[in-house]
Amino acid sequence: MTAKNSPKERRIILKHADDPNYSNRLGCYLREGGYEMLSKALKMKPEEIGAEVLKSGVRGRGGAGFPAGMKWKFLDRKSGKPIYLICNADESEPGTFKDRQIMYKDPHQLIEGMMIAAYAIQAKQAFIYIRAEFFEGARILERAIAEAKEKGFCGEKILGSDYSCDLVVHRGAGAYICGEETGLIESLEGKRPNPRIKPPFFPAVLGLYQCPTIVNNVETLCNVKHILEMGGDEFAKIGKPNNTGTRIWCVSGQVKKPGYYEFECGALTLGEMIFDVCGGLLPGRSLKAVIPGGSSAKILRADERFVGKHKDGTDFDWGIEDVPLDFDGPMAAGSMSGSGGIIVMDDTVDIVEAMANINAFYAHESCGQCTPCREGCLWMKKITTRMCDGDAREEDPEMLLSIANQIEGRTICAFGEAAAWPTQSFVTKFRDEFVKKAKHSKRSKNSLQLI
Amino acid sequence: MISKGKTDQVTINLDGQDVEVPAGMNLVDAVALHGKEIPHYCYHPQLSVAGNCRMCLIEMGTPMRDRGTGEAILEEDGSPKIGWVPKPVIGCGTNVSPGMHVKTESEMVTGCREGIMEFLLVNHPLDCPICDQAGECRLQEFATDYGRGYSRYKERKNVKPKRTRLGPRVTLDDERCILCSRCIRFSQEVAKDDVLGFVDRGSFSTLTCFPGKELANNYSLNTVDICPVGALTSTDFRFKMRVWFLKETLSICPESSAGCNTLVSSREGEIHRIAPRRNDAVNDSWMTDSGRALYKQVKSDDRLKTPLVDREESTMEDALHSTVNALQGKSVGVVGSCNSTVEEQYLLNRLAKEAKAKKYLRGHFGEDDGILLSADRTPNLRGALITGLASSYPTEHLSSLAQALKKDRLETLIVVGEDLIDSKVDAELLSGVQIIYLGTHENATSNLARVVIPTLTSFEKSGSFVNRGFFLQGFQQAVPGPAGLLPDVSVLARLINELTGEGESSSDIDSIWKDMARSSTSPLKGLSFSDCKKDGIQLDGSKWADLAFVEKKALHYQPNAKPKDG
Repeated sequence: MTAKNSPKERRIILKHADDPNYSNRLGCYLREGGYEMLSKALKMKPEEIGAEVLKSGVRGRGGAGFPAGMKWKFLDRKSGKPIYLICNADESEPGTFKDRQIMYKDPHQLIEGMMIAAYAIQAKQAFIYIRAEFFEGARILERAIAEAKEKGFCGEKILGSDYSCDLVVHRGAGAYICGEETGLIESLEGKRPNPRIKPPFFPAVLGLYQCPTIVNNVETLCNVKHILEMGGDEFAKIGKPNNTGTRIWCVSGQVKKPGYYEFECGALTLGEMIFDVCGGLLPGRSLKAVIPGGSSAKILRADERFVGKHKDGTDFDWGIEDVPLDFDGPMAAGSMSGSGGIIVMDDTVDIVEAMANINAFYAHESCGQCTPCREGCLWMKKITTRMCDGDAREEDPEMLLSIANQIEGRTICAFGEAAAWPTQSFVTKFRDEFVKKAKHSKRSKNSLQLI
Repeated sequence: MISKGKTDQVTINLDGQDVEVPAGMNLVDAVALHGKEIPHYCYHPQLSVAGNCRMCLIEMGTPMRDRGTGEAILEEDGSPKIGWVPKPVIGCGTNVSPGMHVKTESEMVTGCREGIMEFLLVNHPLDCPICDQAGECRLQEFATDYGRGYSRYKERKNVKPKRTRLGPRVTLDDERCILCSRCIRFSQEVAKDDVLGFVDRGSFSTLTCFPGKELANNYSLNTVDICPVGALTSTDFRFKMRVWFLKETLSICPESSAGCNTLVSSREGEIHRIAPRRNDAVNDSWMTDSGRALYKQVKSDDRLKTPLVDREESTMEDALHSTVNALQGKSVGVVGSCNSTVEEQYLLNRLAKEAKAKKYLRGHFGEDDGILLSADRTPNLRGALITGLASSYPTEHLSSLAQALKKDRLETLIVVGEDLIDSKVDAELLSGVQIIYLGTHENATSNLARVVIPTLTSFEKSGSFVNRGFFLQGFQQAVPGPAGLLPDVSVLARLINELTGEGESSSDIDSIWKDMARSSTSPLKGLSFSDCKKDGIQLDGSKWADLAFVEKKALHYQPNAKPKDG
């Protein structure tokens, strides 16, 4: 499908997803060797699985990129309280649509990964917290779980072993903040998803119902299955050191072929992704900017140079197209790979309007618990909306920056950064456009409606 | 009162100075011990930590340790190397640990406070001129310290409901609310009546009652006290008085034997509100709504204001004279009161002795709420035990008095505050008995009395009560009593002096205490009134440990291990 010289996709997680002969039913999954790894896992010691996952170096696919094996190690096993496993399927970062593909097209892979993970951490109960908007996804997962239960892949005495773990799907109530792990836990407990303060409420110690809890992303949990299949060391050879495995990138915006693409970490650059894999920009357009990891990530300007030193001491000097697509590449460029949502903007995009939409999103999704995020997000939204409504002022860019700086690092959860980083990066990198807005305040007639 | 007994102390470094603080203490409280303030809104020492206002952001670091060996890492000069948390942390979510370093005055900290202050004010209506909280508002105080002085906010402010009735006594102004959730946590954790919550999200979050519920529990007004801003207001106090005009008097709530510490706020002799005063051994920072309403009795219609002799208005002198006549040479009974102060009970006991009177005492009992409204609805039953006015546990009804009257043995009865008819003493039995009634309010007994001597409510006099935990707690006069009336102790002292013919009994509270403290067997031995004025004194109540006190397990109260029955 892709152009001649473009890098090849390596599909591990989405191996079967788009196979026309593959369905999301159990029979199909079993035909492809499904649940063999679960059976293998149950013959291993739980800590051996943990060790393999740690060796694999697999990093969390939800956004923060924290090594999953490490997360499991933090689990408080001495308290004697039950341990819970939660799959974070709240995929709500704007620009991200990878978990959805997995759940809709290959739900049993997730279930197998979860049951292996549950066994590894000796979870008493496992949950899939799925965002409210995935009606169909919840239905598919529920059917898949019922199928798996019938065959003894989850529930009581899994595959005849002594290990039992029930798995249920819990549907969210429609809020971005439910993707924050402690917010998710609150929501799962039936409360408002107000994130908890850390310390003391680290999920691995005081999570769901104040019991030790592991929260992992859908893609991360699917990887567990493949780590067991290949072995941690073998898995670690995929991709690059510290950036192991594949990643599913979700490309949206003004490219010819937006979509999801699974590549080995670091196998291609941002430029290759946009211009080769996604077929380039729409005719006659030029690249203006890219948000590399979901709307919270800092924007990269097309004509920027990213200069710095790698951890190993070597220098790099990248243009936007040279940024490697893995965890560390976008990070080195001052942004992050986040949830893998690459948002491409061409020269037709009014950057202030894009900012206004992002701000509207965060103002709407702030839970309202802590002051800087609650008040700051709405304030920024009011400013950018006003700017787009034809009343931009010269001091607005400075004001926006100042507000964002007052939010960053002072909030209960990472939402503060998620809301502040776009504003900080948009205003710093496109200050000229914000200033111009103040001078030519009229909106062009063919502008799209703002959120 | 924060730490009882000896706790382990740890040394922390506070803004460059090593200071000693109790181990594990919340940083906000620990810093306050050393005269510094970490400004905060959502933190309350007696509620769980929410950490949502972010006003208490500070810089914090702990001594670094080598990951492998666990040994402390040192600086070149030998001092421990401090690993500072890169981001500001909330003081309220931090407990002190040995060697912790804290900066409360750094540039970063001040910057945080200024930022939070600005955010809190952008959607605040700034209606201080009509706000009840003005003058005692944390938002005003910290805005003075960390506010910008002008507004950078050019947008429209959010509009929210201005006068929501949350319950019979609490009115909410949502625009002023800073969403600190103190009231929600109080309702859940202390009042155990989970009715408040937030709806909507982000800056549009709004405090409200759950559908079909209202904030009607007997502790609802505490939410008004702990509201750091003017959002929750007392419907009774709303728009009545500017707080800076109010005089505050340390007092004790007379509602029940819980003995809540209170502050009575008055202006020009009129009480405007009663609020709890923090005492971590008695009532934390709380009191009942019903206790707050008691000040209304001061000006109620049935208040006795003039002495009566044979139902005719009279002078205090005549009333006292008639009383003495009715006592001398007669067989006398005395009905005391658990509502009287320790001092009054002591003098009444002496009067009974001088008049060779038999003593009667009734209790007033009700439902125990397990918090601060105890089953004993009098403030000073234990005072009656200590002063010797009562020798056994008072009963609900005065059946022994009724029996004594049946045998026609009593000619004169001194009744302090109680209603005999209500105590199951038949009115017919009282015919032919001269009743001397000393009390604040009219009742069936005062209407039968030959002499009525009006007395003062606890807001109009000084004295002390002994609460359910045998805490001796003094209170001060908040407002003057009705013109021409004498304090109860003066009345009793006069009567004693008239009966003995000696002038030795003084009505001065300190002299009464000198007398009381003289007894070597009394728990009051060696004490003086000034000892119990502020925080209260724990008395030894072991002498009465066998009595079947009616109070149930409650806040800071553990009933005796062996009650009479279950």
